[in-house]
Amino acid sequence: MKVGKVAGTVVSTINHPFFDGQKLLLCHVLDTSGEPAGYTIAVDRVDAGVGDTVLILDEGSSARQFFGIDTGPVRAVIAGIVDDVEFNDG
Amino acid sequence: MQLGRVTGTVVATIKVEGLEGVRFLIVQPLDEHLGSAGRPVVAADAVHMAGPGELVYFVASREAAEALEPRFVPVDHAIVGIVDEVHV
Repeated sequence: MKVGKVAGTVVSTINHPFFDGQKLLLCHVLDTSGEPAGYTIAVDRVDAGVGDTVLILDEGSSARQFFGIDTGPVRAVIAGIVDDVEFNDG
Repeated sequence: MQLGRVTGTVVATIKVEGLEGVRFLIVQPLDEHLGSAGRPVVAADAVHMAGPGELVYFVASREAAEALEPRFVPVDHAIVGIVDEVHV
């Protein structure tokens, strides 16, 4: 899992069938100081919004298991909204 | 998944089994502000409709092989969506 911060939304009409009806959010991935270190586009399953700190599952097999599917090109899923996180590094 | 811009096409006649009919496009990975980030990659077009100039999102590694039919053909990047809008 990674800690991220939702930075924006991605809207797509033409996509792989797996993504039909899925909400995509662009999330900064946070480093151990809580600073943005890259980004990922993740499928939102917890109704997160811009500015939320979130838990990002970033592993394909777990993501497919979460969706109850055997196949699908999914890897990053927002699995939780973080209430509080403490960064002690830096 | 990452954002990318399709910058070219790749044509290959001789390919391994399973890649027949798969379109390959050159994709420049982008950062969240749509600036270039890193080196271009060759990605399979799993939406069958992407073309040069388009903003797309793509998956890498094993998930790329999941995007195609049949599954688990030897690809390491696949375009899985064409982006209409990004709001950051």
